[in-house]
Amino acid sequence: MKYSYYPGCTLKNKAQDLDVYARRAAVALGFELEEIPEWQCCGGVYPMGSDEIATKLSSVRALNYAKEQGQDLITLCSACHHVLKRVNDDMKNVADISDRANNYMGLDEPYKGETTVVHFLEVLRDRIGFDEIAKKVVNPLTGKKIGAYYGCLVLRPGKILEFDDPEDPKIMEDFIRALGAEPVIYPYRNECCGAYSSLKEGGVSQERTKLIFDSSEGFGADMLITACPLCMYNLNKSEADSKIPVYYFTELLAEALGVKEGNS
Amino acid sequence: MQRIGVFVCHCGTNIAATVDVKKVVELVRFEPGVVFADDYMYMCSEAGQEKIIAAIKEHDLTGLVICSCSPRMHEKTFRACAEKAGLNPYMVEVANIREQCSWIHKDREEATEKAVILARAAIAKVNLNTPLQEGESPVTKRALIIGGGIAGIQTALDIADAGYEVDIVEREPSIGGRMSQFDKTFPTLDCASCILTPKMVEVNQHPNITLYTYSEVEGVSGYVGNFDVKIRKKARSVDMSACTGCGECQAKCPLGKMGKIPSEFDRGLRTRPAIYMPFAQAVPAVPVIDRENCTYFKTGKCGVCAKICPSKAVNYEQEDEIVTVKYGAIVVATGFDIINLDKFGEYAYNESPDVITSIELERLMNASGPTGGHLERMSDHKQPKDIVFIQCVGSRCDDEKGKPYCSKVCCMYTAKHAMLIKDHWPDTNITVFYIDVRTPGKNFDEFYRRAVEQYHVNYVKGQVGKVIPQPDGSLLVQGVDLLDNKQIMKKTDMVVLAAAVEPNKGVRKIATMLTASIDNNDFLTEAHAKLRPVESPTAGIFLSGMAQGPKDIPETVSQAGAAAVKVVGLLAKDKLKTNPCTAKCDPMFCNGCSTCANVCPYGAITYEDQQVRGPGVNETRRVAVVNNALCQGCGACTSACPSGAMDLQGFSNRQITTEVDSICR
Amino acid sequence: MTKQEIEKKVELIKEISGCDPYKCMKCGKCSGSCPAFNEMDVKPHQFASYIVNGDIESLVSSKSLWKCLTCLACIERCPRSVQPGKLIDAARQLVERERGGDYLHAEDIPELLDDDVPQQLLVSAYRRYRR
Repeated sequence: MKYSYYPGCTLKNKAQDLDVYARRAAVALGFELEEIPEWQCCGGVYPMGSDEIATKLSSVRALNYAKEQGQDLITLCSACHHVLKRVNDDMKNVADISDRANNYMGLDEPYKGETTVVHFLEVLRDRIGFDEIAKKVVNPLTGKKIGAYYGCLVLRPGKILEFDDPEDPKIMEDFIRALGAEPVIYPYRNECCGAYSSLKEGGVSQERTKLIFDSSEGFGADMLITACPLCMYNLNKSEADSKIPVYYFTELLAEALGVKEGNS
Repeated sequence: MQRIGVFVCHCGTNIAATVDVKKVVELVRFEPGVVFADDYMYMCSEAGQEKIIAAIKEHDLTGLVICSCSPRMHEKTFRACAEKAGLNPYMVEVANIREQCSWIHKDREEATEKAVILARAAIAKVNLNTPLQEGESPVTKRALIIGGGIAGIQTALDIADAGYEVDIVEREPSIGGRMSQFDKTFPTLDCASCILTPKMVEVNQHPNITLYTYSEVEGVSGYVGNFDVKIRKKARSVDMSACTGCGECQAKCPLGKMGKIPSEFDRGLRTRPAIYMPFAQAVPAVPVIDRENCTYFKTGKCGVCAKICPSKAVNYEQEDEIVTVKYGAIVVATGFDIINLDKFGEYAYNESPDVITSIELERLMNASGPTGGHLERMSDHKQPKDIVFIQCVGSRCDDEKGKPYCSKVCCMYTAKHAMLIKDHWPDTNITVFYIDVRTPGKNFDEFYRRAVEQYHVNYVKGQVGKVIPQPDGSLLVQGVDLLDNKQIMKKTDMVVLAAAVEPNKGVRKIATMLTASIDNNDFLTEAHAKLRPVESPTAGIFLSGMAQGPKDIPETVSQAGAAAVKVVGLLAKDKLKTNPCTAKCDPMFCNGCSTCANVCPYGAITYEDQQVRGPGVNETRRVAVVNNALCQGCGACTSACPSGAMDLQGFSNRQITTEVDSICR
Repeated sequence: MTKQEIEKKVELIKEISGCDPYKCMKCGKCSGSCPAFNEMDVKPHQFASYIVNGDIESLVSSKSLWKCLTCLACIERCPRSVQPGKLIDAARQLVERERGGDYLHAEDIPELLDDDVPQQLLVSAYRRYRR
């Protein structure tokens, strides 16, 4: 299966691990990531204003490209996943936004939300299947106790992203189990890390990440995984005593599949 | 040619403020057939009716058009009035110029024009009306109650005490319903079983009451006074007449010790054997075998219960039995459950065993419950020193996660829980997060105030955003105190959720069988929200308890009594008048195609071979025949009939097209 | 602000947010959920009433505009679909759309950077804090 792949800016730069390991894992699992040639930044946060059109167009371009290829659109970064799915929902269900965006775009055929946006984890769960992945694991992460750190953007709003239960998600825990490790469920896994406030108001993210580490470490996790480069940054900058290592989920996947040291 | 009188009602200012009543009178006076027209302040009043009677006599009227409120409101009144003056009641038509006109329009001119049009349509119809005669049908003097909780029990007792036979069909192995799970009841704190058990026993022993427990209604046909109900008596696998209820089988069932089957009655807080009575005071005191879990039924091995039963009552060969019983009236008392909390992950109900629902708390405080009435945390069996109650979990919600209504009982039972806990263990800290405290009812607010003033329960106005389980086993409650404008982080040992109530699952199926209407929330609809609150719009179907809407025990018992009176009022009659507006087949045009019988919801249409004679026709052929006693006049057949042979008396195709024509004129 | 200006801004907030502040029943679940509650002067459960009561001036000059983390917890949990996070976002946009409304200036950025700042943080902050 071939997917139109939207890496997003961070994956080309500070979060190359998230991207590189995903590509290697995809090969091992038998699906192909075909990078969209001229993708543009999604903007990082979804423009919530109902009258904001221009800021949604970069997403529409990527979505329309995937449609033209007849492919589903795959992303890895929580923020890109969030923005693309929400803009796609607007294009499909909010006539006003859809009409105005199409007026700007001037496409031969208007884009009406036809593309299916999937997160890499959703492909693992819904298309490959965690059971299948477990079978392909060559280096099981036996004995590792891993906390899934979801953050906000990958889950909420649950009704539009339809990724998992936003208050009691399971996908990353099932993923951890498939890799042979033990998931640690802790209540702060879907609580905010402080997000973009860390640029100007660092205090909040220090407070938030301390709660996240205290909780996950308290419940016995010896590492966290995440899909979000901003969460990764904030967690890494934490000065909490309870700090434990944080990895991109794709790194552990590549490791378990035995493709961490790939050629690419 | 008819001689029609038109009477336009002001309904005080209800109609007259928007519709120029005098103008309507002036304009309809010249319609074909109209010989008299007049207006009056209140047509339905005694004086108004006398005006109508006088006009009928003075002007030899043969038909009436009353321009007033909805026919649902006063059609009966005006038909009776016409009958008093010697007119056939079906020569009266009501033009609804209130609900469908004055109440929904603002512009006086437009509303007046519409009132005239509606009146014209009614006049055109009366010109084609023919006198109709009501038939009679007998009444089966037996009532069916669906649901054996406090609502069903009380309804059954009241009907039975009035001298009529009543059957209760209960899905569970015992009657008793939700109330049997409760510990104490507000506002007087009587022990629930102390007041319920005697009623359960009374039901069981009452000569006029028959119990069908572990049974379900499977099909309903017929109509008011003459329902045929199919009841499936699920195989208990225990012979009811032989069993003495000694309990030996439950004690010895090997699955009982394995602790694998969660007890439905104890909301999963303890387990039960495969052969079981839901609770010690069960009525009937006869166990059932849960065949899905029983080892014998799964593997053919075991058979311990049959071997040890001293009265040889266990019978693995027993089969479901279907009985069909005739009833004159049916009461729906199917009760409620609480909503599933899967969509409220923020409260950690599925995550922590120490986050429980209020019904689970009832079981934990009940002397016959899983802990013998000792309040403890399910995680470590320690007594909680600090408890947080969260109100409105899923109630008053605008989205699909919850319910839009107030569940009505939670404020009161939470105050009850708080006080009972404080009574037993005075040094427990209790906090209640609430949005509003709603305590309308006799001695209700006093009850809640006692929790605050005498027991020092800490009521915090605000909601909880998240319940956060802590590594040390405690729970951190993150909420807000809106009056202090502060976010609260409260460490506690136990959280109790006041989950919204909802109609019991299965009510939809039952409502469909009964053709009783339900609302968007699956609560049964009343015939009139204020004036006919215990009757369904479907004749012969009555409502009792939570199935109709959220209510507490005192209200449920009152409603049960009211439903019983309505049932008794029906059963006391020997004959019922039947609606003469039934379908009629013209054999000349009928070709016996069966389309009508296929759409008839009442099974009122059969076919017979008839001699059909007419211009150019003389043959014997299959034609439709309508049973007037079964036909409810819904008109489905008349619109389905491809050849136009079916017609509805009182609403004939010609009458309806004439109405439409006169509206479009 | 004149009465007309206030009314215009109230309408604008409703339009941009797509939310109906009248649906709020003041339960406080938003404020019970908010990770930035302590940072805010006007609290999430007050957003709706500030708009309903026309106190737009206080709302647009509140610190809360810049303290909201857009974590969407209030939007997810609001039982009345008021979605306070969208209301405060609309108020923020009213400010940013006016001259001088930016909270972050390009010239301040270099000293806020460290070697690890991901692009996602920069673009997100840029989009949230300025037009």
